[in-house]
Parts: sequence; structure tokens; C-alpha cells
Amino acid sequence: MLQVDKLTKTYPTGQKALDACSLKVEKSQVVAVIGPSGAGKSSFIRCINRLVEPTEGQIWLDGSEVTALAPDQMAKMRRHMGMIFQEYNLVERLTVMENVLSGRLGFVSFWQAFLRKFPQADIDRAFDLLERVGLAGYENNRADALSGGQRQRVGIARALIQEPKILLVDEPTSSLDPKTARTIMGLIAELARERGLPALINIHDVGLALMFAERVVGLSEGRIVFDGAPDEVDEQILTRIFGEADWRQTIRHAAEDAEALERRRAAAPDGGDGAEPAWQSGAAR
Amino acid sequence: MTGDPSMADGIYTPTGRRIWRRRSRPETLRRFGLWLIGVMIVVWAITGLNVHWPFVLDAPQQVADLAGRMMPPAWSFTGEIVAPMIETINIATLGTILACVLSIPVALLAAQNTTLNRTTLWIARVIVVTSRSINELVWAIIFAAIFGPGPLAGVIAIGIRSIGFTAKLIAEGIEEIDRGQVEAIAATGASRAKVIAYGILPQIMPTIVGVVTFRWDINIRQSSVIGLVGAGGIGITLNSAMNLFNWPQVTIILIAIFIVVMASEWVSNLLRKQFT
Amino acid sequence: MSATDGSQAASASTRGRSWRKPPMIANPVLRYGLLVLLAAYLVYAVDDVNFDLARFIAGIPKAIDMAQQMVPPDFSRWQLLLDGVLESLQMAIFATAIGVVISIPIAVCAARNMVPKPVYLAARGYLGVVRTLPEVLIAIFLVKAFGFGAFAGMLTLTIASTGFVGKLLAEDIEDLDPGQVEAIRATGGNWLKVLLFGVAPQTLPRYIGLCIYRLDINLRESTILGIVGAGGIGATLYNSFGRYEYDFSFAILLSIIAIVLVAEWASGAIRARIT
Ligand SMILES: Nc1ncnc2c1ncn2[C@@H]1O[C@H](COP(=O)(O)OP(=O)(O)O)[C@@H](O)[C@H]1O
Ligand SMILES: [Mg+2]
Repeated sequence: MLQVDKLTKTYPTGQKALDACSLKVEKSQVVAVIGPSGAGKSSFIRCINRLVEPTEGQIWLDGSEVTALAPDQMAKMRRHMGMIFQEYNLVERLTVMENVLSGRLGFVSFWQAFLRKFPQADIDRAFDLLERVGLAGYENNRADALSGGQRQRVGIARALIQEPKILLVDEPTSSLDPKTARTIMGLIAELARERGLPALINIHDVGLALMFAERVVGLSEGRIVFDGAPDEVDEQILTRIFGEADWRQTIRHAAEDAEALERRRAAAPDGGDGAEPAWQSGAAR
Repeated sequence: MTGDPSMADGIYTPTGRRIWRRRSRPETLRRFGLWLIGVMIVVWAITGLNVHWPFVLDAPQQVADLAGRMMPPAWSFTGEIVAPMIETINIATLGTILACVLSIPVALLAAQNTTLNRTTLWIARVIVVTSRSINELVWAIIFAAIFGPGPLAGVIAIGIRSIGFTAKLIAEGIEEIDRGQVEAIAATGASRAKVIAYGILPQIMPTIVGVVTFRWDINIRQSSVIGLVGAGGIGITLNSAMNLFNWPQVTIILIAIFIVVMASEWVSNLLRKQFT
Repeated sequence: MSATDGSQAASASTRGRSWRKPPMIANPVLRYGLLVLLAAYLVYAVDDVNFDLARFIAGIPKAIDMAQQMVPPDFSRWQLLLDGVLESLQMAIFATAIGVVISIPIAVCAARNMVPKPVYLAARGYLGVVRTLPEVLIAIFLVKAFGFGAFAGMLTLTIASTGFVGKLLAEDIEDLDPGQVEAIRATGGNWLKVLLFGVAPQTLPRYIGLCIYRLDINLRESTILGIVGAGGIGATLYNSFGRYEYDFSFAILLSIIAIVLVAEWASGAIRARIT
């Protein structure tokens, strides 16, 4: 699906943000990219959809070489990559519906977009998604009237309505309070699984990463220093990624949380949809 | 503007008593020098005025005389200035609409973050500077020469004159937008035009409305004089009244201009409050 | 990953539900009424200004012709050009120097917190008239009173400066920190002392900024007042157009643009330094 080969990014300032990073995501899985601030997480994810232009290396998505595309082809390619941002990046003065529908911009003509005449299929999808992320009835609210958690839900819907082949998620919870952060992280992980989407999620909160991801990639000073399952992550590895600190608490809490989550999932007969998991309650907060 | 008195090394009299002065000696000298240069420039300026003192001494008499001839206003003329006054408003409004339409693309090219390349940035800047530096009267002269005298020349003159002002302020608005919102739209695979329509336009809409209504107010005032050089509106009526020395008519025209300009300022403030 | 996956989680109730952006004006009668009015106004206004496509198109070759005659600009009569430019500069500088001084008493009189109501109203009335009337109209009347030439132009710019600086300075005085003024009053200062030690220090930086800004505006305006006979380069420009000497007109226009740019740059630089 996604293959990154020796990706290097050097900014015009001379700052080397990424140094020959290689990564392969072969199946639909939630991959958490963890690392301290400044490690290059954002640069990594932004190089994939070329919001940041890679300096060296190659990126492949579903067999096409992303790094070789001309600008107009790159726009087409971006339709297949859904992105979710830390600061939500909703167009503040537009309605929730317009923000969700903007995920379809790559598929409609300019005048359709300009006049807000989207195909009925897109509008159906938008209503479905709004309901799914817990914002049914909010379609005509303006984005700047929403709370942080609600905004990120709109951000998720905007990314998913693209029907992407991959989700690129950059610190989705860093602007949220701890409880909302969990809820949102859970929602993203669940939606990705539900749709069989691989998701690359930057996150500096190790607890959340261990709790929701199936694979953890550790980034430190522009290099990938760890790549493995959440239960392989121990004190030593976290020290390698983040530096010296007391990691025992973090790991224990994450393990307990993950267990609790697993129990709840097992209790729900149809894989989590019927019962309302803890992180899904209080949807429109 | 207050100089900082250096407390460390105070000033002492020969007898050793410390005294206080607002500024140190070099600072005082520098200020004196600047004032001297300023006064010399002003003195030079007055030499150029070629004052004819007999005229100036005569002026109070002339003013009184003119004022006497201007009174009472020719109220009966009111009916005849309605049409040219409306034409003035129309010139200002259409000119503003023209400027609004043209200045959005110019503003996009004149903003660092949306321009296409260095060449387009420079072209847009030259348009802005030219439009802003040349007065509407001069633009009116130029367009009256091109399209013939009349309100059409006035509309185009007002429009071209306003582009610089509106485009400059809108471009400054564009340079201050939140880049994250634009980036998010670009990340969905939207083309450049769609990024502008969804990511940029909603963000700068309040700026556009504010700037354009503000400019409309200015244009009402300015389009009342472009008739003096043949570009339509109440200025033409004023010009002919003055050429005929019909001062009571001139008075009523001035009153009309005054009222309309005041009203437009009021309307423009109201609109800006409504929309921003 | 396809549409069917999306529908899995959604209820069927939303299928086929249409969506339209909520209009700015909710009442449809009012909305369409305003639209129709606007369209009608545009049609009428375009007709009122005698917009004639044929005439517009006929103007295009004339414009090209004019542009061709303009280049290259003709600087051969630089003496005439220089005289006009210098006269404009002199008008602008002298008018600013006097105007900003006269503005001070006017501003004090137009500040609600400094003077009795009748004085305030009179001063505000003066500012209202001066600021509302276009400068060119003021110039026309001063030309009638003082004859053609730079003196009338200088007076025009002086009066306009008092309107501009007077109004903005008056607003500053009204906004000042009452505490500092009270402090001076408490020491037993009279009205003049309050003005000198309480008001002046607080408003001075802004006042100097306003003076420089106004100098910038006066420099621009001084280049066109000649069109109505009030001195400066404007008369030369107007005449050159009248004689179809477009290459000379272009030279003058370039000079004006240069003056405006230098003035704007200098004014911005000075204001940035002092504030
Ligand atoms: N636009 C930029 N220009 C210059 N340096 C940058 C830019 N963006 C990021 N960097 C630098 O690259 C490094 C990695 O940054 P980033 O990818 O944002 O890390 P993270 O998301 O992990 O915090 C940092 O040292 C940062 O200072
Ligand atoms: Mg980051």
C-alpha cells in the first residue's frame, strides 16, 4: 500500500528534519508515529502528500510513485490521501456541511464547487459521515461556532468523504483536553479499521499511541529508531526515542487501558458497533 | 519622543553641584540641527509661492463679495441637479463595482503567499502603485480623451483609480490569512482555483466588504469633482454654473454635494457594521 | 473503502436528503426582492452612465494609440517640469507647516473633554464641512478669491490639513488617560497647564505621526490642484493633455509617481522610527 524509501528532508534553513526514513505499510493498520517534538513527525507525514516537498527518496502509494508526479497529477493523487490536522484547519467561516463537502473538491468541477452544487451522492455521504462522527443536525452550523472536539470530528468527516486509500493524521489530539483527546483518537482508529484504511497517526502522547495503534514507529532526530508492535514498547525503547525519563507509569497505564478496551470490544457482539464504547459517548461535546 | 536623560554621568556645574537637564548636550545639538533644517525648508517653500500681496490683501473683500453673490441659494434650481447628482452616485457605485471585480485578481497576485511567481508579483505591484499614485482627476482626463467626455469615462476613471487602494488592502488581508485552512483544502486534492474559492475567499470576505464599502464612500466624494474635466456627474453642472457666474446655483450644488457625501459616509459605516 | 462501506454505519434516513447552503437572508421574499432590486439598479445605472459597447470598443484603439504616443516619455522640457514639481513641493511643505500648527487650537476646541459645548459644536461643524467637501472644490473657491497660482493651492492644502489633523488629534485628546490629566489638575494647574503638561505629552507622538502622514497626503494633492488653477505641476499636466503632447504628459506622470512613492516611503520610514 504505502512504501517510503530513504525519505530525506532538508529545509532551506539547513535543518535536516528527516534522514533516510524508510517505512512499509502492507496492510490496513493503524500506525502510530511517536517521537518528541521536533523529531520530524510532521515533516514525515507532510512529505507523503507533498505539502512539504521531499528532498530525497521515494514514496509509493498503491503502485504509483508519488514523488515522481507533476503538480496537477499530485492534486489528483492527494484525493486518495485524507489528512487530519492538529489545529483542525477547518475553513472557519464556512458551514460544517461545506467543510465536509470540501473533501470532495478534487472530484467536482470548479463551478459545481463554487455554487455549492455537489452531486447528491456526495451529500448522502456527508450526511452519513456527520451522523457517524456524532454531528447529525450540525450541518448548517458555522465551523467557528464549534468546540475543539466537534471541529476535529468535522475534520475527520472531511478526510473520510474523500474515500481515501490512506489516512494521514498529524497530532489529532494535541489541541484537545485529555478526555476529548481519547474519544477522538478512538474514533479515528475505529473508523480506519471499519473502512480497512491504513492510517499513519503522529502523536507524541505515548499512552494514546499504545492504546489505539497496532504498530508503533519511533522517530528521533529525523531517524526511525523503532518499528514494532505496541507490546514490544518498553522503557528502553522509549528512552531511545524520547531520552531519559521514568516511563514505567506510562506503560502500565497504557496496558491497563488497552486491556479494558479489549474487554469492552469482546463484550459487544457485533465488534463494537452495538455497545457504545466509553470513548464514543458524549459525541457532540 | 522623550529623550532618555543619562543618569549615570550627570552634569555638574564648575562648583561641583549636580544639575538636571532634560537632554544631553549632543542630543540637544542634534535636535537643534533638525529644527534648523526644518525651518530652512519651510522658508524655502514660502519663496515659491509668488504671493501677489495686493490680491491677498484684497481677499477678505473678495470673499465677502463672493459670499454675498452666492446668497441666497437658488432653491428653484434644486430640481435640475437631482439627475446629475444621481449620475454622480451611479458613477461612484459602478466604478466601485468595477474596482472590486478587478482588484480581487490583482490582490491575489499582489500578495506574497498567493502570487504565481516574481513576475506576476511585480506586475501586480506596478498596477497598484500606478493606480494609487495618479489622482482620479488625471485618470478622468485620460479616459475622457479615450472614450470621449461623459459619465463612462468617469466610471472607468473611478474604477481604475480605486483598484490600487482596494487591491493593496485586500492583498494585506490575504497575507494575514490562516495558512492552515488553505493547506487543508489543498490536501484534499483541490485545484488552485478551488483552493482560492474554498480556502482563501471565505477568509478574506470580511476584508473585501469592509474595504469596498469604505472605498465607495470615498468615491462618492471624488466623483462629484471629476465632472470638472468632463467625466460626468454633478461636476459638469457645477462647472457650467461657475462659467456663467451663476453663484446662487453654485451654492445649491455645494449643499447637494455636502448632503450626499455625508449620507454616503453614514451608509458606508452602517454597511460595514452590518457585514463585518 | 468504497461507498458501500460508508453506508454500513449510516442510517437509511439520510438517503437522498438534499442540502443547500443556508442563504444569508432567510426570508425568500426579501431575498429575491433585494436581488431583483439590485439587478434593476445595475441595469438602470449602466444605462444612466450611457454605457455604450460600441463606444467602449472604439476607445480601445484610441487607448493603444495614446499609449504609443506616450512612450518614450519626453523629458526635454525638464525645466518646465522641474518648476512645476518644485512649486508643488513648496505648496505642500508650507501648507503642512502652517496647517498642523493651526490644527492644534482647532483640535482642542473640537475635544469634548476640553471646552464648553458651544465651542465644541462650532469646531466640529468646521471640521465636518472641511472634511466633507472635496479639496478640489475648496481650491476652486480660493482661486476665485486669491487669483490663480500657488497661494490658493497652499491655502487649500492648509485648510484640508486642519480638517484632517484637527479631527484625528481631537479624537486622541478625547481618548486620553483621564488619570494623568487629573494629576496635573490636582496640583492646582489651570486650564493651560493641564493642556501643556497633561494633554500635550500624551498626544505628542501621535500628533507628529499625523503631521508626517498629512505631509505625504499634501504632496500627492499638490500635484493635481493646478488642474483648477491652484498652482503646481497639475496645470502643466492638464495643458499637455489638452495639446495632445502625450509624451510630455507621460514624463510628468512618471515624475508624480516618483514623488508619491518617495513621499510614501519616507513618511512610512519616519513614522516607524518615531512610534
Ligand atoms: N518550514 C520549516 N522550515 C525550517 N525548518 C523546519 C520547518 N518545519 C519544520 N522544521 C524543522 O524540522 C524539524 C522537524 O520538525 P517537525 O517535522 O515539525 O517535527 P515534529 O512534528 O515531530 O514536532 C524541527 O527541527 C523543525 O524546527
Ligand atoms: Mg508536528
